[in-house]
Amino acid sequence: MSAIATSPAHDHHDDHGHHHKQTFITKYIFSTDHKMIAKQFLITGILMGIVGIMMSVLFRMQLAWPEESFMIFEWLLGDKWAPNGVMTPSIYLALVTIHGTIMVFFVLTAGLSGTFSNLLIPLQIGARDMASGFMNMISYWLFFLSSIIMLSSLFIESGPASAGWTIYPPLSALPQAIGGSGMGMTLWLVSMAIFIASSLIGSLNYIVTVINLRTTGMSMMRLPLTIWAFFITAVIGVVSFPVLLSAALLLIMDRSFGTSFFLSDIYIQGEVLSHQGGSPVLFEHLFWFLGHPEVYIVILPAMGIVSEVLATNSRKPIFGYRAMVASILAIAFLSTIVWGHHMFVSGMNPFLGSVFTFTTLLIAIPSAVKAFNWITTLWKGNLQMNPAMLFSIGFVSTFITGGLTGIILGDSTLDINVHDTYFVIAHFHLVMGISAIYGLLAGVYHWFPKMFGRMMNKNLGYVHFWITAVGAYGVFFPMHFIGLAGLPRRYYTNTAFPYFDDLADVNVIITIFALITAAVQVVFLWNFFSSIFFGKKATQNPWNSTTLEWTTPVEHIHGNWPGAIPSVYRWSYDYSKMNLEGTDYVIPGQDYIPQNVPLQDHEEELNH
Amino acid sequence: MTVFLVIIVLALLAVTGWQMSKIFELSKGPSADSSEIANDNDNRQQAKLMLWFMIFIYVGMAYSFWQWSKLYLPEAASEHGNEVDTLMFISIGLIMVVQVITQALLHWFAYKYQGKKGQRALFFADNDKLEFIWTIIPVITLAGLIIYGLFTWSDIMNISEDNDPIVIEIYAKQFSWQARYAGEDNTLGEANVRFIEGVNTVGINENDPYADDDKITTELHLPVGKEVLFKFRSQDVLHSAYFPHFRAQMNVVPGMVTQFAFTPDITTEEMRNSEYMVDKVKTINEIRKDNSQILMAEGESPLDSYEFDYFLLCNKICGDAHYNMQMKIIVESEEDYNDWLSEQDTFATTMESVE
Repeated sequence: MSAIATSPAHDHHDDHGHHHKQTFITKYIFSTDHKMIAKQFLITGILMGIVGIMMSVLFRMQLAWPEESFMIFEWLLGDKWAPNGVMTPSIYLALVTIHGTIMVFFVLTAGLSGTFSNLLIPLQIGARDMASGFMNMISYWLFFLSSIIMLSSLFIESGPASAGWTIYPPLSALPQAIGGSGMGMTLWLVSMAIFIASSLIGSLNYIVTVINLRTTGMSMMRLPLTIWAFFITAVIGVVSFPVLLSAALLLIMDRSFGTSFFLSDIYIQGEVLSHQGGSPVLFEHLFWFLGHPEVYIVILPAMGIVSEVLATNSRKPIFGYRAMVASILAIAFLSTIVWGHHMFVSGMNPFLGSVFTFTTLLIAIPSAVKAFNWITTLWKGNLQMNPAMLFSIGFVSTFITGGLTGIILGDSTLDINVHDTYFVIAHFHLVMGISAIYGLLAGVYHWFPKMFGRMMNKNLGYVHFWITAVGAYGVFFPMHFIGLAGLPRRYYTNTAFPYFDDLADVNVIITIFALITAAVQVVFLWNFFSSIFFGKKATQNPWNSTTLEWTTPVEHIHGNWPGAIPSVYRWSYDYSKMNLEGTDYVIPGQDYIPQNVPLQDHEEELNH
Repeated sequence: MTVFLVIIVLALLAVTGWQMSKIFELSKGPSADSSEIANDNDNRQQAKLMLWFMIFIYVGMAYSFWQWSKLYLPEAASEHGNEVDTLMFISIGLIMVVQVITQALLHWFAYKYQGKKGQRALFFADNDKLEFIWTIIPVITLAGLIIYGLFTWSDIMNISEDNDPIVIEIYAKQFSWQARYAGEDNTLGEANVRFIEGVNTVGINENDPYADDDKITTELHLPVGKEVLFKFRSQDVLHSAYFPHFRAQMNVVPGMVTQFAFTPDITTEEMRNSEYMVDKVKTINEIRKDNSQILMAEGESPLDSYEFDYFLLCNKICGDAHYNMQMKIIVESEEDYNDWLSEQDTFATTMESVE
């Protein structure tokens, strides 16, 4: 209905007096309200994040103290996977696999994009709700279902999927090759297929909403960068997720119906399989055709959130708005033509390697522009060091540190010797793991008042940030060096190679930092959940922000604004703008001008 | 040295804690505001911590490079490897320059422009010139790196058969490697998993005359200074043949033959006697001695002492024992190599001995 409304200011929601009564089920469970769905995504994402991070703690302990007995292993993994408290190789690989899957898809795709796209798109563009509230609800429940299936795979007898989160066949196709490729892999594939459906439904909804439901005056170049980021993220998702679905379907057919898309010439456990003519390299192409855009699906929303939070808390416009939008577009375009850099040594034609090196290193240009623009946004600001601001500054720091090593990995020549080593782990955890989590946390601290009408405790936020910031570097910076020493990833233990014995103490340091960093997340969880109920009541616009979400009342109402939808007269970054005479701010005594305030006297009209 | 790092981390944590406690104190004062929004005090404290954090990053980076640079692999033992290393060091140098400058700006600005009541931020929305400069600088630098990288890449990957390289097949299966030497004709016999039967474990076609002189071994011996062309074949799942010391890696893909060529130029003996390796082996043996004492105290057998050998390892997840899929490599003089090779059985003799 509202998807086809051309003039959102006059849609049918304006008559708001007669609110229909909501039951517990329609309000909290099968809700079609974008604000509630956002919270559902966030809380499900956080719960999945707890599982994913716990897994990393377990396998980091195994890496630091290989084959030692820990009570916690026996307690969490049970007798079968940790006899006498010693982790087995099978469960180690399963933990690594599910950690990757959960963090990339369930936390950083659904938890990040799902939460903030849902919350902010309607609120920041001035819409009553998403184009289709029903599809939005379906999107969440499919995500929930896929989470349940993924978690259920942890409890089956043959163990969860354990071929790595990239599930390269033939390993993932043959239960004879690894236990996890039996029922566990089937559940993984079913879960991911449902996840992809959820993601596509959500993305289509976001795209339609941004294109059609912007309020009067909200031109594309007046959109906050958050919306640009969510919009383009959704576009990338629609372009690339279906390719992963096709890869998953073909793999299901190879596994269950005897086809040979990815399998050929295989002799295992004393017999030759009938598969003939398929190629695992084809799977790698299909997987990374999604897999690489996926990292931008993860990082772009974080970039959008960080741009918004940095500008608000610097009390300055984001520097180079047009360049920021252009670089989002450039990154989105380039992200779909660089996937081959994951496959330099896969056996594909070396000429293709050259092409992918070229396109990959091009991505560094828009990324560099963004980093410089963020730094310039801080310059001569009036920085309000709220927890969200700290996480945003932390984001820029880890994004630079992690991004720079991409120049090494993207270079096919250098990739030969660091491919699949800990250098790669260090790179992608800093640039997309930690950075995206900082983006997520910045978003949570910043929009918590909007979501729950209460404030989070800032001092707990500070403790959370500083220990996390120190810990994250402590975990991932040393990893570069053991990677350069040639240490492969996904090794259950390094003791089979005495040559790597002198790397053992670095692994201990990394694990200690990991334990500290994981532990301090409890501070965040406490802060988050207790503030929902006991936090200080929020004011309408606690951060003195210009965007439309802060013009809605603190108490959530269906349709967002009690009266007419506000019209927009300016871009979203009029912070500290001075009047024509330069004597005071445009609105005297107030260093920001909300987007719904018309052009004032004594104000210069700027064309951003 | 680990102690040193631990001390630094503890010191920085202590500073953090001290600053934190100040924050708590200040926030408990009579004039404390409970808005949960950063006030001037918070801004000042957090900005200071930003500066401390910058110091943490720099001390951490300096420590890492100082302490762990030596973990970088020894001098490349192949001809192309030195080019790879040169490019690597140029790239690391370059990114560290960018890293040091940008992190300093980021954290310094975060400190310098801490919010104060009454302070005005500068409305600075655009500057085409600045943005042009920082677009064009990465363009030029990256263009240089791309061109350098691509030339090296095509040097390494474009294998010319003109130099008549020695052909060796590397055969992978869960969880071991084998090598197949092409023999006197330097041509590998036809092979496919469908030929696997009995002692013919790598699936060679017995009727192919090229196969007769093939030699299958579990150790990889290479003559120094001769180009070797490796053909990779897997019988079950993906593996990756990673030769870290030779700066070489190629995936091993069931259903197809992949290849990589390099010329080893440092023998095992020379590498063992290099200053780098003598130091490293000494350190490793000290570690192993300490570990052995712990093991013996628990009534277990001690660890063997370690002597360096090149190795080939699997670098693509391939199953439960992925972490222990390795093969010893020995680089030796051509003479020794020929002696060793002549002692190995040919495929034909192996098959005859069974019949």
